Amino acid sequence: MRTRPVGDHALLVELDDGAQVRALHTELLRRRAAGALPAVREIVPAARTVLLDGLAETRRLAAELPGWDLAELPERAADPVVVPVRYDGPDLAEVAALWGVSPEAAVRIHSAAEFTVAFCGFAPGFGYLTGLGARYEVPRRATPRTAVPAGAVALAGPYTGVYPRSSPGGWQLIGSTDAVLWDTAREPAALLSPGTPVRFTAAGR
Amino acid sequence: MTDRAFAVVRAGALTTVQDQGRPGHAHLGVPRSGALDPGAARLVNRLVGNPEGAAVLETTVTGCAVRPRGAVTVAVGGAPCPVTVDGRPAAWGAPVRVPAGALLEVGAAVRGLRSYVGFGGGIAVEPVLGSRSADLLSGLGPEPLTDGAVVPLGAASFVPGAVGAAPWPGPPEILVLRARLGPRDGWFTGEALRTLASATFRVSSASNRIGLRTEGPALERAVAGELPSEGMVSGAVQVPPDGRPVVFLADHPTTGGYPVIAVVREDDLAAAAQARPGTPVRFLPYR
Repeated sequence: MRTRPVGDHALLVELDDGAQVRALHTELLRRRAAGALPAVREIVPAARTVLLDGLAETRRLAAELPGWDLAELPERAADPVVVPVRYDGPDLAEVAALWGVSPEAAVRIHSAAEFTVAFCGFAPGFGYLTGLGARYEVPRRATPRTAVPAGAVALAGPYTGVYPRSSPGGWQLIGSTDAVLWDTAREPAALLSPGTPVRFTAAGR
Repeated sequence: MTDRAFAVVRAGALTTVQDQGRPGHAHLGVPRSGALDPGAARLVNRLVGNPEGAAVLETTVTGCAVRPRGAVTVAVGGAPCPVTVDGRPAAWGAPVRVPAGALLEVGAAVRGLRSYVGFGGGIAVEPVLGSRSADLLSGLGPEPLTDGAVVPLGAASFVPGAVGAAPWPGPPEILVLRARLGPRDGWFTGEALRTLASATFRVSSASNRIGLRTEGPALERAVAGELPSEGMVSGAVQVPPDGRPVVFLADHPTTGGYPVIAVVREDDLAAAAQARPGTPVRFLPYR
């Protein structure tokens, strides 16, 4: 664990991998709930880092953090959010070819994996989900699409994501879902937040 | 319908409803948003007797014109501009009583970019995640104003007079941004760091509520390859592949994958948000 100042009121904590990010994020939330963390406006986990923004001062926490004992991650306590997917995306065949399997096998691989929301970003409610093995990483499309429909289930790098609303995007589209990823009239607004376990199930093609 | 509302007669180039934003949701991909010149928004609220965090209008360059249905106290601040009520000159930077049905015109900014219009009672559009701010990156909050729209106001429950008029620093001729180096200054060449500290950049016309874009020398990377996405703060000086630094403002994305060479002090961001395209920009990096 290593910390870097981000301006005068934020701290970026660098970690070795996504599992450590999850462990630190869990510990930060635990300490905040227990009143054992200095006041902080935002705690933003990402791929290899956790950002703490809106601290009165950063030095004391920066000095203290590397000494924290990050407990082993608890077994998944929560039931996974289940997202039914029609595996009908225009890039499914290409993704299957990159994996060296048939499209049917690609669907089985994706719907058998246990995903976790590693972090959010890009748009409200967009989660970067990890859970596929490293050998299933795929590149972004060379030319991004100008409009990816809401509900598109997509892959890029080590991540799976679901577009909460129509937007431009360069990810490989493998399917679509009717699940509502973001609804400000709902509490909580986001279906997926950092740490949420997720399963995708095949709902026809 | 209640007279606690105004009709939009001229929406202007970009007029949005803003308050102090929606902090606390960055981990869900929700920008903080809020007034780009938060001090100006707070002050126009004080001038009309509102709590500082009430929702106000933020105009861009060309101002706007509205017609309140009932009498209301307003104050215009931020970028200096002419103010008229039914064609007659009115005070800028001080409370002004607008009679029911009168036309309040907020003219084009004389200096700076963004004027703020506070209304007694505040703008009462429905809050989203605790804020009435329009977030132009993710589309949360009310749409930018359009001609003919009707915007609700809250009941004025505070007595104006806490502040009668306020001195206002004009936007500077040269934008000087103090910026703490890091967290990814190590991704750049020594020459790039020297350039950041010594070159004069200019505000690009592509700037918006998401970021202040700059024109000038490109900052060269020492480390090739991709940075895994990481959390972003307001004031982050992100350097995309073209090497032209972008200073993140209120509607910036909450995570990003381009390295941040330095972070501008929060105190300097209001001036950044008021700097017109072409304004010279100097960075003052420190460790």
